[in-house]
Formats: sequence, C-alpha cells, structure tokens
Amino acid sequence: MSEQIYYEDIAVGSEITPLVKQPTTRQLVMWAGASGDYYSIHYDKDFAQSKGLPGVIVHGQLVGCFLGQLMTDWMGEQGSLRKLTCGYKSVNFPGETLICKGKINKSYIEDGEHYIECNLWVENTKGEKTVSGKALVTLPSRG
Amino acid sequence: MAEGSLNIEDLKGKIGMEWEPGIYEIEKGMLRQFAQAIDDPNPLWQNEEYARKSRYGGIIATPTFVLTIGFEQIQQILASISPGTILHGDTALESYQPIRPGDMITATTKITNIRERQSEKGRTVFMTFEITHINQRQELVAKCRQMIVSY
Repeated sequence: MSEQIYYEDIAVGSEITPLVKQPTTRQLVMWAGASGDYYSIHYDKDFAQSKGLPGVIVHGQLVGCFLGQLMTDWMGEQGSLRKLTCGYKSVNFPGETLICKGKINKSYIEDGEHYIECNLWVENTKGEKTVSGKALVTLPSRG
Repeated sequence: MAEGSLNIEDLKGKIGMEWEPGIYEIEKGMLRQFAQAIDDPNPLWQNEEYARKSRYGGIIATPTFVLTIGFEQIQQILASISPGTILHGDTALESYQPIRPGDMITATTKITNIRERQSEKGRTVFMTFEITHINQRQELVAKCRQMIVSY
C-alpha cells in the first residue's frame, strides 16, 4: 500500500497514478463467476459473432471496477469512495492493455468532509477512450 | 432480430414499480472471489490481520462489490423480454457505507426510465434500472443505477 494522501496535498488539474490492466478470457470467466453475469457474449466466440461482434468482449462492469480500483489504490485506507459513475463508450477485447487514468477536477469542503472529484477514463493502446466516468471521494485532512 | 420481438411496452407499464426484493447473505469468500476477479490485491478486502488494524477493524468489501448484489434481478427482467443483443450503457454507484462479511443485504430493483431510438441497427431501447441496498440494521448501504442498451 502506498502512503496515505491528504486533502491538502491534492492540486486540481493533477493526474492520478494510472492503473494498467490486461484482462484475459480467464479473468472474464472469473468475473462471470464473481458477478453472476453469464451473458454468453463474454465467453462464447460463436455467440458473440452472431451478435455482430468480432469476438468475445470484456464485461463493461469489470472495466468499471478497474476504475474503482484506480480510486481505492489512490485514496488509501483513510479515503472513502462516495460516488463512481462510468459510461461504456465502446467495447474492449480480452488481451488488450487497458490504462485507467484520472484527473482531479474539483476539491471542496462540505459539512466538515473533504471532497475530491475526479474525471476518469480508460484508454486502450490505440489511445481510444473506451470508458469514461467520474469519482467522488473523501480524504482525510491534515487540519 | 425481428422488429417488435422486444416486448418493451409491458416493461414501460412497470416504470417505478419495485420488484420482489432479494436478500443476500454476504460471506467472506464472496468478497475474496470478487477482489480476485478484478485482480485487486488491496489487503483491506482479503487480509484479516491487516484489516483488523485498519480503521474498519476487519475486512470490508471492495466498494464496487455492491454492483453485483441483485444484478441478476436485472438480468432476469431482460431475459424475460429480450432475445436481442444487450450491452451495458452506464453505471452509477452511490456508496454510503462499507459492506462487511456477515451482512444481510436486501436489494430492491425498479425500472426508472425507458426510452427508444431508431438507429441503423433498428430499434434501440435504453433501460435504466435502480437497485437500492439496505443492510440488516435497515441502513442505506448503496444505490446503483444501471443503464442497459438493447437492440
């Protein structure tokens, strides 16, 4: 675990340490088991092709959870993830390298809590943003 | 897919209606299985000894774990209406408190919105579901909004 970050340390406009993921078909099977999402488009190539896709695709929600991990890794144990949104813009394929990134959009104090809002996105190696989202976290304060 | 095979009109009549809630007992193994599926090594989700010394005093679920609780209710609704292609549109999670092993979570699903659009693929339907999660102490744990696209 990295060192705890504090609200006062965070500059608006700065970037979050990226998280690199490379989901394999094995990981999709593990996700299907853990999430209960057994839609065949994620493991049956013939079925996926019958739906007009080149092959099986990564579960959108798994990639969304990668963005959750990006935030929990960054905010540390004292931070809390309050909100997470993700829009699945285009599909991801197993074997692709996915880079999860974030940028600080806003920081504010409300009702004694120290909030950081971030814009998040996932890029493939072609630089395409396949998933974009937002997170709202609270961080501890040095004050 | 044949036009009209998606019986969306029935579903439109159910906007705002709550489905029968599902009750889920959270076991430690589920939290570990979930963390392993994402490949998230954070010890807070799996390492009892580490987590005991944390501010939580024990293992907690990955904050995104709650997205899977009751998600099959949405899948069952979709399976009952649509033989077409289904894609996930977006997800919104509001998290109010962590889930811990031993929690009993009640998940209640409702459809909050349905809209349609004609595209080159034919009729595309956008369905928004909301799942509310309450724990055994009747505390709000999370609210999840899921938008599903079907064509």
